[in-house]
Amino acid sequence: MKKGVMRPGHIQIRVLDMAEALEHYRDLIGLIETHKDSQGRVYLKGWTEVDKFSVVLREADEPGMDFVGYKVLNNEVLEKLEQELIAFGCNVEAIPAGELDGCGRRVRFDSPTGHMFEIYAEKEQTGKWGVSKVNPEAFPRDLKGMKATRFDHCLLYGPNIAGTIQLFTEVLGFDIAEQVLDGEGTRLAGFLTAGMKAHDVAFIEHPELGKFHHSSFFLETWEDVLRAADLISMTDTSLDIGPTRHGLTHGKTIYFFDPSGNRTEVFCGGDYHYPDHEPVTWTADELGKAIFYHDRVLNERFLSAVT
Amino acid sequence: MSSTDSSNQPFEIQVVNRGEIYLCDQGESLLSGMEQKSADCINVGCRGGGCGMCKIRIIKGRFTNKRMSKAHVSPEEAEKGYALACRTFPSENMVIESDHFQIDEAVELGTS
Repeated sequence: MKKGVMRPGHIQIRVLDMAEALEHYRDLIGLIETHKDSQGRVYLKGWTEVDKFSVVLREADEPGMDFVGYKVLNNEVLEKLEQELIAFGCNVEAIPAGELDGCGRRVRFDSPTGHMFEIYAEKEQTGKWGVSKVNPEAFPRDLKGMKATRFDHCLLYGPNIAGTIQLFTEVLGFDIAEQVLDGEGTRLAGFLTAGMKAHDVAFIEHPELGKFHHSSFFLETWEDVLRAADLISMTDTSLDIGPTRHGLTHGKTIYFFDPSGNRTEVFCGGDYHYPDHEPVTWTADELGKAIFYHDRVLNERFLSAVT
Repeated sequence: MSSTDSSNQPFEIQVVNRGEIYLCDQGESLLSGMEQKSADCINVGCRGGGCGMCKIRIIKGRFTNKRMSKAHVSPEEAEKGYALACRTFPSENMVIESDHFQIDEAVELGTS
């Protein structure tokens, strides 16, 4: 958080059918539906998140990610980083307050990998869902499905991850927590954090611009991940792989797809990062183990199926 | 309703480029019908119309389909018979060609 970026704040995901998407994000993952705006976009959040929303679904004829936004400490930080993004060479667009209901002014910028990002300082705070602010109980009793606690991170695929990682580390103050290096020392994957988590965003080198690999939601325990796997079977949801563990980050995980083909992860556990930590490194010749610690081989789908 | 619809018999799907034929139950997509028979002649990706890995060309046969990503099947391609197998539901026996997915290499490297 050395430059004032606090955390992932929101992600806007394109879906082919809103009703089917809500069965996935609300009823299966267990996010809370908090709002629908005049454009028909639906806003959701994990129950532990204090801001009004973290996931926005937009119906479109091409699935994928519109943008992901990060919350900064205050408006002074927002204005300073806006100038630094322009100086870095990004195309920067100011999105006025209220374009997303309940969200303040956003600064949107592009990146070498072809993804759109945003920073903002203010969003309506409605508090954790279903528990009181004072003397909160352990959890709300009427959660659905996997009972995901929060939107945690996303993994993005694109060319020139070196450029986007430079943007995130030099301008936004993220640290490289974990990485994959090839024999020549070229970084094929970078896992970046603004705080103590093993990743707030991750990038993998890929020839197509602006591709979305997955959005990820946090569960508390391995038992919760196994229960998520049961729910995926009960609902006949498209499974990618899991339950398993990652070598990178050491998180325990399962991957599946929403009804429009956007990949979702739910996971628990994982490494932590302090600013004095060296990046955790995996080598490309152990990529199978780095991604899927138990199988130790990559499935083609994990590399190729992106939206 | 044609006689094939009401007979509840599975449809015969011929995948010419792989030299394979499988039986697709009525009501199933070409892709899920293939997976149910443990056949392997169309690549399986997201199964939701998003990733394009199951892109096929339809040579013969009536079908219905659900919305699929325009990034992988443009309206012009759809007219030429291209489709995603996960969003295509056969109405009779079909002849198709699989393996039409390809990754588009980036032509430019963004702005910075």
